[in-house]
Amino acid sequence: MLTSHAEVLSPRSLQEALTAKASHPETVALAGGTDLMVLIEANKLAPSRVLNLWGVQELRGIDAQDGWIRLGALTTWTELIHSTLLADHAPALVEAAQTCGAAQIRNRGTLGGNLANASPAGDSLPPLLALDGVVELGSARRGLRRVPIERFFLGYRKTALERDELITAIYLPARVDGDETFFRKVGTRRAQSISKLSFCGRVRRQGGQVTLARLAFGALGPVPLRAHTVEVALEGGPVRPQLAELLLNDIRPIADVRSTAEYRQRAAVNVLRGWLESLAG
Amino acid sequence: MAQLIGEGIGRVDGPAKVSGRALYVDDLHVPGCYYGATVRSTHAHALIRGITLNLDYDWSDVIVVTSVDIPGENVIALMTDDQPALAEQVVRHVTEPIALVAAPTREKALEAARNVRIEYQPLPAIIDMARSRGEEPRIFGNDNVFKKLELRLGDVKAVTGGVLIEGEYEVGHQEQLYIEPQGVLAVPREDGGVTIIGSLQCPYYVVKALIRVLGHDKLNVVQAATGGGFGGKEEYPSMLSAHAALLATRAGRPVKMVYRRDEDLRATTKRHPARVKLSTRVDESGRLLSLDADVLMDGGAYNTLSPVVISRAALHVSGPYRWETAHVRAAVVATHTPPNGAFRGFGAPQAMFAVERHLDKIARTLSIDPVELRRMNLLREGDLTVTGQVVKAPGGLLALDAALAAADESPLPPLSPIPGGGGDAARRLPGRGVSVVFHGCGFTGNGEAKIKSKVILELQGERIRVLTGSTDIGQGTDTIFPQLVASVLDIPLSWVEMAPHDTALVPDSGPTVASRTAMVVGGVVDAAARKLHAALQVEARRSAPFAELARARRARGPLRVEHQHQPDPSLRWDDERYIGDAYPTYAWMATVVDLAVDIDTGEVTYRRLITATDIGRALNPVLASGQIEGGALQALGWATFEEVVTDGKGLMLNDRLTNYIIPTAADAPEMVTLLIENPYEGGPFGAKGLGEIPMDGPAAAVAQAIEAATGAVLNRLPMTPERVLEATP
Repeated sequence: MLTSHAEVLSPRSLQEALTAKASHPETVALAGGTDLMVLIEANKLAPSRVLNLWGVQELRGIDAQDGWIRLGALTTWTELIHSTLLADHAPALVEAAQTCGAAQIRNRGTLGGNLANASPAGDSLPPLLALDGVVELGSARRGLRRVPIERFFLGYRKTALERDELITAIYLPARVDGDETFFRKVGTRRAQSISKLSFCGRVRRQGGQVTLARLAFGALGPVPLRAHTVEVALEGGPVRPQLAELLLNDIRPIADVRSTAEYRQRAAVNVLRGWLESLAG
Repeated sequence: MAQLIGEGIGRVDGPAKVSGRALYVDDLHVPGCYYGATVRSTHAHALIRGITLNLDYDWSDVIVVTSVDIPGENVIALMTDDQPALAEQVVRHVTEPIALVAAPTREKALEAARNVRIEYQPLPAIIDMARSRGEEPRIFGNDNVFKKLELRLGDVKAVTGGVLIEGEYEVGHQEQLYIEPQGVLAVPREDGGVTIIGSLQCPYYVVKALIRVLGHDKLNVVQAATGGGFGGKEEYPSMLSAHAALLATRAGRPVKMVYRRDEDLRATTKRHPARVKLSTRVDESGRLLSLDADVLMDGGAYNTLSPVVISRAALHVSGPYRWETAHVRAAVVATHTPPNGAFRGFGAPQAMFAVERHLDKIARTLSIDPVELRRMNLLREGDLTVTGQVVKAPGGLLALDAALAAADESPLPPLSPIPGGGGDAARRLPGRGVSVVFHGCGFTGNGEAKIKSKVILELQGERIRVLTGSTDIGQGTDTIFPQLVASVLDIPLSWVEMAPHDTALVPDSGPTVASRTAMVVGGVVDAAARKLHAALQVEARRSAPFAELARARRARGPLRVEHQHQPDPSLRWDDERYIGDAYPTYAWMATVVDLAVDIDTGEVTYRRLITATDIGRALNPVLASGQIEGGALQALGWATFEEVVTDGKGLMLNDRLTNYIIPTAADAPEMVTLLIENPYEGGPFGAKGLGEIPMDGPAAAVAQAIEAATGAVLNRLPMTPERVLEATP
């Protein structure tokens, strides 16, 4: 329960926010609140200090910088959907944003929050993995550092974020011409659904040969993960749909209230094979 | 004056609800109000060793109530007296209420509830309904059977010819998922009594239950604006009202109890899970020779309305078909799980899913088209149902023909791309399914004769007030009744208003359930209006239009007429042997569903749902269509989305709307809703009941469509993507 005892700080600048986080590392960072408020309401979290980041302007905005797209940590799902820059450079992320929650959730929920919450089913995470995203973390003492997104997730809901750090931005490399991407979310219903599994794929081909493959899955293990075995097998040859079977080496699905391990495994292989088949033509 | 029957006039409660002015329980603010919370069992079956308060907690402004504080009897009176208001020595299901607290804020009340310590001695529990009957430990009676019944038409054993076709069908729990959770406000009265204001369907159920718990009858029950019920607010509000009244009486101040969604999902009633075994003989042309049905339902830990639910299941397991012989055995058993209760359809959807799937199996076995098999066997004029009721003016064929014609005429909407669903339509296989169902309108057998529903009309000047205990829970009672009165008396609708649904004012019109309000109570309203007109003519000693007579007596005092339901004297029903006229009439519905199944994931996308429903007469076609479309979507939810996941103790694990999945507007197919008017002379202007039938048919049609698309034969609900993929060859 968010009791009246909780102290809420609302910094106006990044410096102020980082200083506050450093001086009280137990402070819980609040962005859109779409995950946090659910935990608080369910009595699973009772923070004594809350850092309300909503007013920190430096954490907003989507810009192109030196071959990268920078997305401020407070970028909302709605902003992702309406960004013309992302429509060109990261259509899979835009698609993922369209599937997330309801309009109210999309207006408040942020990319930084999705990363910090680190649910293996986080909607943005497979696209960020497949697009080789980089997370930027800030600390009052040590300044900024950048972590490739795959190294950001350490375990179930465990991230590389240090106790005095905040996520400041996400960087995506500008799209390379010819890159083909695909996003698929599997859930029971078509809207406002938490995924049973999700998939984002990206391939680059030259002369019919795959030169780069990125295959990222959500909800198939303790963290959103890349299917390295299949990626390596795909690279260097033509698209061979039967390689989808190798996926079983890369994923560790579990059973929970949303689905079964067997289903996740079979559906993931099917979705991957289906996409590879459509690429192979 | 325009004839108002058949006009789609807007709901009288619409503007207030759309603009946010309507006051639901949680919107009612009373000075000095406390908030109640419930301490619930964490065990499926256990002895209560002790109830203690954490002495480190500040209890100075907290009221605590346990079973010892109940002034009357510790019972929620319904069909039997087996369910306590608060558990005393034993808990029989997880979430069973043990103690109540009230505090100045909701937060404090919830916190206080967590500081009440219950000491348990766990006992062995029965969770699986298949292991209940006659087993230990005993939960109810001598054999854990709440109710069993048997009915026969002819001699099934004498039929040995034809092809023997057997099948087993299973359905799970379903949550009603009214948008507004259960909520009640209890306000002490100056005379020492209590007023209950609640989100509820049946105010007189609450009155009857509270008299026993409180030990007095100084109480009245008022229905607040109610955000849906679907049966979920038929019996459970008696429990919640008892709790709020106990706390309010103890505290000497108003107490509000509104469940959070997770508590509502975990603790309140659901649709009964069922297992239906059918063994049938059919000749090679597809004629139905014999039906042997065995229906088992899980009632949960207390009886609630289970005996009536199993009765309706037994009476619908034949489907709308002519069987030459039938033997139906049905039983609802007790388990140490939260009690199941009323839910739109009330046993019929479970039975109808089974028999409709079984007809598909017969069709498959005999290589007959499933639609033709249905057409061949649908009940016709003069046929006998399995209770020996002579069928009059059946609408099954009318509905089937209308639905199929619409399916041929209107083009199928394109399969829309799903955001994040990939773009490849080739990976989704199309399928079509058809089902036909019927639904007995009103109470079973002589139920209406026992209830004797009353309605009062009050004339004052040119205003008529309708006084009835029938509530509007979103289905349109408050619109239909004035429409009926104005039509009968040929007066403007603005002359008629509904009295508040307050038991201090209105008579008992029977519960708002069983597709009976428009047909049965509407009939009483219709007759009362005629009686009022007659009374004015007697008073004026002349025949004249009602409006003229009412204007002429404007200066005189109010006039009040009361009318009571008169059951059709020709109806015969033997409640022991289940023989005779099971229902005064039946509604009939055909469904044609078009969908697509994703071959990679088993996800179902609905494209179009055509329903044709014989409802007798559409009093208000807009409301009638709304009921059917809402009910059909709820049925699609049951078909492919909604699964109650429980742990080994019967506790619902997916207790949030993010993981108990109901369809949204994005999942709804295009709907073509055809209303077939096939008047029933016993209903007002020919109307029959229609509230429940849309729940009965769609699930089986969906199963047939999935089978047509993929070859997956599914005999279990819900048909989640997991089950579809697993069953796909």
